[in-house]
Amino acid sequence: MNKVRLATVWLDGCSGCHMSLLDLDEGFADVAAQIDLVYSPIADVKEFPRDVHVTLVEGAVSSDEAEEQIRHIRERSKIVVSFGDCAVTANVPGMRNQFKVDDVLARGYLENATINEGIPTLGIPRLLPQARPVHELIDVEVFLPGCPPPSEAILYVLTELLEGRMPDLTQKTRFGA
Amino acid sequence: MKEPTSLTGKKLGNDANPARIFTMTIDNRLLTAREDETVLSVARQNGIYIPTLCHMEGLSLRGACRLCIVDVKGAPRVLPSCVTLARQDMEVVTNSDRVIEYRRKILELIFSERNHVCSVCVSNGHCDLQALATELGMTHVRYDYLYPKQLVDASHPRFSVDHNRCVLCMRCVRVCDEIEGAHTWDIMGRGITSRVITDLNQPWGSSETCTGCGKCVQVCPTGALSEKGKSVAEMTKRRQFLPYLQMMRGEGRK
Repeated sequence: MNKVRLATVWLDGCSGCHMSLLDLDEGFADVAAQIDLVYSPIADVKEFPRDVHVTLVEGAVSSDEAEEQIRHIRERSKIVVSFGDCAVTANVPGMRNQFKVDDVLARGYLENATINEGIPTLGIPRLLPQARPVHELIDVEVFLPGCPPPSEAILYVLTELLEGRMPDLTQKTRFGA
Repeated sequence: MKEPTSLTGKKLGNDANPARIFTMTIDNRLLTAREDETVLSVARQNGIYIPTLCHMEGLSLRGACRLCIVDVKGAPRVLPSCVTLARQDMEVVTNSDRVIEYRRKILELIFSERNHVCSVCVSNGHCDLQALATELGMTHVRYDYLYPKQLVDASHPRFSVDHNRCVLCMRCVRVCDEIEGAHTWDIMGRGITSRVITDLNQPWGSSETCTGCGKCVQVCPTGALSEKGKSVAEMTKRRQFLPYLQMMRGEGRK
């Protein structure tokens, strides 16, 4: 039997959704045999591979690099899952959206800095004017809200997708969880 | 103080002017209703669920949120059940595809208009808006979020108002006017720029009419109004006082 090629991506989020994924514990044993983890922050793969069946995207799209990345991911994934509140609503990363990027950076790196004052520019992606939910940039098949989504809901989504069904998340998780 | 529930304007239920009883159907169930009862009230009495957000038992009827819309046979549009009176031979459907889709859209628009960041909200887990999203199966918002710039007023010694989380249900306005009798709260602006204000749009802490009773905080469906000193998910609202106060005042009028 061909394994399902699963990828997970970490954009502008706190990694809490990935923590919740790891919290599946022995739940992983149930699905591990059917999954090939081809790309993830917890797997050492440099480039997002081709022909991925399911991609879990954690985090909002906040930088020019993330925007490029998410479009690339869309091209190479059959099913994209918005994984957690940041991906679904922009959540906490989106709280900067009321302000101009320059003001946000000045606040963080100048006004509140006690050492090494200065806005970093070298070797890091440029922030977009606003952090946006994933589905405002690309088509998304499944939405899994929660901050973080409970492990049971993640397992439910994975097992449904492995069975070839589209998961219905009504009543299974909530924003902010 | 306004009489909180009557939509018909006349005193009913006395011998000279008895209330008429109608027969109607809701979701194909044959039901009876008094002429001064709303469709929502009849549905609730019969265990038929209609989602609501701005509605609150014990306060005047407002029809602010439109989440309680229903299909009524013969009506050209959907009607808000909380301010629609029962009629003879009325045929109501509470869960048609059209109604369900409109409710979803209304809820999504409410979320997109302000900055409802549930994960860092004092009312996380105790919020009517958040619960509605789960109930109505809203897993995402199809409209672009507006991320409007909204302020927080923490000038009051015991309470604060966070406009990021306000849904303009007007429960605070109504409870302050109708129950406390102070009318500190009101709404200013129009449409999407509307917001709740205290007195003549001055900081809450400098309000001369506010009695500090906190009723507005307790009836607020979201984390917009909260008690100071409460952190994420710690703000639970206590609303038991409302039916109790109404009952005691009813006793007093006799």
